[in-house]
Amino acid sequence: MTTRLHRLAHGRTGDKGDRSNISVIAYRPEFYETLVAEVTEARVAAILGHRRPRRVTRYLLPRLHAMNFVIDGVLDGGVNSSLNLDAHGKALAFLLLDMEVEVSAELAPLLVGPNP
Amino acid sequence: MIPAMTPLLVGAGAGFSGDRLDAAGPVVDTLIARDLPSVLIFETLAERTLALAQLQRRTDPDAGYEPLLAEMLGPILARCLAHRIRIVSNFGAANPRAAARRILRLAAESGLRAPRVAVVHGDDVSSDEHRPLLREAIGERLDAMNVVSANAYLGAEPIASALRDGADIVVAGRVADPSLVLGPAMAHFGWAADDWDRLGRGTMAGHLLECGAQVTGGYFADPGYKDVPGVHEPGFPIAEIREDGQFEIFKADGTGGCVTARTVKEQLLYEVHDPSAYLTPDVTADIGEAEVTEAGPDRVRLSGIRGHRRPDQLKVNVCTEAGWLAEGEVSYAGPGAEARARLAGDILRRRLDGTLQLRLDLIGVASVFADDAGRYLEAQPPGDARDVRIRVAARHDDRAAAQRLLREVTALYTCGPAGGGGVRTSIRMRLDTVSCFIPRAAIPAGFEVVA
Repeated sequence: MTTRLHRLAHGRTGDKGDRSNISVIAYRPEFYETLVAEVTEARVAAILGHRRPRRVTRYLLPRLHAMNFVIDGVLDGGVNSSLNLDAHGKALAFLLLDMEVEVSAELAPLLVGPNP
Repeated sequence: MIPAMTPLLVGAGAGFSGDRLDAAGPVVDTLIARDLPSVLIFETLAERTLALAQLQRRTDPDAGYEPLLAEMLGPILARCLAHRIRIVSNFGAANPRAAARRILRLAAESGLRAPRVAVVHGDDVSSDEHRPLLREAIGERLDAMNVVSANAYLGAEPIASALRDGADIVVAGRVADPSLVLGPAMAHFGWAADDWDRLGRGTMAGHLLECGAQVTGGYFADPGYKDVPGVHEPGFPIAEIREDGQFEIFKADGTGGCVTARTVKEQLLYEVHDPSAYLTPDVTADIGEAEVTEAGPDRVRLSGIRGHRRPDQLKVNVCTEAGWLAEGEVSYAGPGAEARARLAGDILRRRLDGTLQLRLDLIGVASVFADDAGRYLEAQPPGDARDVRIRVAARHDDRAAAQRLLREVTALYTCGPAGGGGVRTSIRMRLDTVSCFIPRAAIPAGFEVVA
């Protein structure tokens, strides 16, 4: 079945200069493998495509059941240069959490939050 | 057999300059109740904050430190001094000595004993004598820059030295945020400056504390997905650090918020890039194998953190004047609101064409996810949003040119689409930041006691 990443993971954006990092943390250990398979560097780069990121790097943290995405050149120059209301890009984690992911039927009853 | 050393408690009283002034009180109460060696930190110095402080100091030589310093310390200073809870902070900003004098005055006004206040120096590299260093690191383009501030990120050592020297309060300017916690831990346990694993752990304890409530349920709530009890009053965090550097995070007694594996993981990865190489002036911390365990209600244990050799160079942030930022907003609601807002955007583009490069947001349709070039907004097909606020922003080196945006947005009242209301405009100076790296040896850091 297809659902939103929001139902499998939570996350937070941090910024330094023109670089953003977005954590994607499994709500339950059972979700981690699905995250690794579905939330790839290529898909993240595509979701943020309008920001023209120079590079997307994914770091895996299996002991935390989490991933950390480091995205270069995604903040229109960074907090001091961007004209965005949200110059830090703090909202971007929720752009990622809105992506569609494919989950197996066994995981369906474990999903978090209301079915939108 | 050597008896196990007493753990150290480090509580956070603020996670940024605008933080809640009532947060530190319950932390101090909790530290007193635990009756262990304790330190309270205030982290109040974002990248931009320091440049703004430097500008304030230019107009008033006694200004340039945290403007709410007295309001932050007032409610807790007496209890901290009475119970030997030491205070460590970067609230000295661009003028740590003036901050120290203000603290001494505050103590005197409150009828307290004069605290021993130490000031960390060495971070400010904005003077002429440092110019050649900056030029070597940044290159010729420095010559064209109008430098507002230049500060090196100092580490924990001068803080630890000041505490070993008996300081009640340590006032720093720019230091790496986690060093506010690592310094006290080094002083308390006697850790060596190359004990990388311990320094890595103390650094990550600092990393978890440095944003205050962001580890205790602040910046976390997502109704229906991540609910936070007592979300209107999250308690601020406290780290209980052991001699081997292992630590647990909990929060002030009798407060809202929560400390769970989830809150801790979010903050552990916050502003981290390569998890196996989190660089600070003190150590290269490594959380690649870190584990997070719930050790009790609102109490989380960290393990598996390691450390490696510290970087040879210190990071220096140089803030420069960068023209003006002009912004304007106006709202449309009801039938055709989105179409009227889009039309207002077209009008502004035509009126300002050739003068200003506009960023345009339709708040309620597409705004913060979008990009300055407008690709995201363009990709949204026109819809029928019924309550839309248009925002335009532009920058210009010349204030008068930037000001034109304000005039054009205001003129929409009588010249723009029907029903526009709630115009707000603002203009402010922009600052740019350039980061560079300078050899550690070129930036001697230390402390002095202010009488």
